[in-house]
Amino acid sequence: MKNKLVCYFSTAQTEQPIIYRLVKNYDLIINILKADINPQKEGYLVVELEGSKENYEAGTRFLESLGVVLEPLSESIIWNEQICIQCGACASFCPTEALAIDRDTMEVSFHNERCVVCGMCLECCPTRAIILHFEIKEAV
Amino acid sequence: MAVQKSYEEINEKIKKGEAVVVTAEEVIGIVEEKGYEQAAREIDVVTTGTFGPMCSSGAFINFGHSNPRIKMKKVWLNGVEAYSGIAAVDAYIGAAQVAENDPENKVFPGRFVYGGGHVIHDLVAGKEIRLEATAYGTDCYPNRKVDTVITLDDVNDAFLFNPRNAYQNYNCAVNLGDRTLYTYMGILKPRVGNASYSTAGQLSPLLNDPHYRTIGIGTRIFLGGGVGYVAWNGTQHHPNVLRGDNGVPKVTAGTLSVIGDLKGMDPDWLVGLSYIGYGATMAVGIGIPIPILNEEMLHYTAVKDEDIYCPIVDYNEGYPYSKPMDLGFANFKELKSGRITINGKSVVTTPQSSYPRARKIAEILKQWILQGKFEITRPVAPIPSAEADIVFKSIPERTPNGLANGRNK
Repeated sequence: MKNKLVCYFSTAQTEQPIIYRLVKNYDLIINILKADINPQKEGYLVVELEGSKENYEAGTRFLESLGVVLEPLSESIIWNEQICIQCGACASFCPTEALAIDRDTMEVSFHNERCVVCGMCLECCPTRAIILHFEIKEAV
Repeated sequence: MAVQKSYEEINEKIKKGEAVVVTAEEVIGIVEEKGYEQAAREIDVVTTGTFGPMCSSGAFINFGHSNPRIKMKKVWLNGVEAYSGIAAVDAYIGAAQVAENDPENKVFPGRFVYGGGHVIHDLVAGKEIRLEATAYGTDCYPNRKVDTVITLDDVNDAFLFNPRNAYQNYNCAVNLGDRTLYTYMGILKPRVGNASYSTAGQLSPLLNDPHYRTIGIGTRIFLGGGVGYVAWNGTQHHPNVLRGDNGVPKVTAGTLSVIGDLKGMDPDWLVGLSYIGYGATMAVGIGIPIPILNEEMLHYTAVKDEDIYCPIVDYNEGYPYSKPMDLGFANFKELKSGRITINGKSVVTTPQSSYPRARKIAEILKQWILQGKFEITRPVAPIPSAEADIVFKSIPERTPNGLANGRNK
């Protein structure tokens, strides 16, 4: 199985070689998507964990046993209307019509409730008006 | 009696605030209601607009001198190289130049997040720009290095000078191959997964004056939110092509070279663009007023989306390897509807040029003229039309034997 997780950890937990143990002991494939550790060594890791169901569950249990708080990654797409030049390229790639063109005015609009965060729009927007936002809490 | 108006008569009306000015969209409805002759009598100027990626754009900048003086050999603005082989402190920053440290397509497809178009946008937005220059040093220009921060206000001169803009019609790009293509026409999905197009259609300047009767050298225009001029025909200007009965080219045809003071422009209308897997460029806003000198000009400006066709071109092999393929034409009204039919298959269309922004430019230009702030101009000289018999050329394949450093034998 494969999931994206946010791992929140405190000062003590940064002393642990967490990623090493996940790879060595649980045979998990780990892709670090984003990480931020402050000078007090608290912080978070956004990771994609991949492995057999058994290993995945044992690995996440291990993290929780260390006191690391795990939450499924919540991603959202943000459309910046101020940067958008209304070309409409994104709408032709959007599978759910979350980015849509009004065919009378040819204006683009974004409907968050329809968005499935597939990320197609991120690549095709030439002004980079569309960004992927990770929901990360301020502190554990 | 046939309608005949001179540039001078129209400008008199503009000065008095009496001119009738409509956009290239509005004129269509007026003609339907009143007919060509009556509409030609009433309307003095039709305004056009276009806002889309326009490669072959850039700006000349004179930085002024450092102390001691410098003859810049290499120049970078925010890490993007500008060409400085012009004089001591003059440089040309091209919209398509990518940053010196850009990973390009080493990890394909590259992102090209910052290039010359972004530098020009940031300059116009009043942002601080890092200026680096190196030199070999001469008696008159002893300095060998400059590394400082400048803004648009700090430079002596900065003018946009785009060698090829406002393409009269453009290809509708598709991908006949089996892998996704990353092109200057955006992402093209395999097996004709989408059809990408880039023109403002019925609002586009050169589609409203297809034979360049009123748009010529010296024509005053809306450029990048400020005032500019047509400097010359654009590069690759190729008017002698297949045209419809309405005179509108059915393939890429005329182009314009435009010039204007960057210091009078607006960052909303010069926007840096990043095309994944392709590179950087800039969206340029251009609006051109078309004087209704006679009924013929009104006929041209009343062109509708459904009267405009563009060629469907394969970007898998057809375009990159110049292989002739007949994939037919796409109608602009259908392109704007979101789907066209290619070989019986319904295909999603991907716009690259911003129609809403083109409409806004035509509206802004209309307001400038109505307020008496912007007069129309008679071209100083025409740009070549179809009669000029211009032939489109490619680079010849020859062996440079006997040529030392490109000099003669």
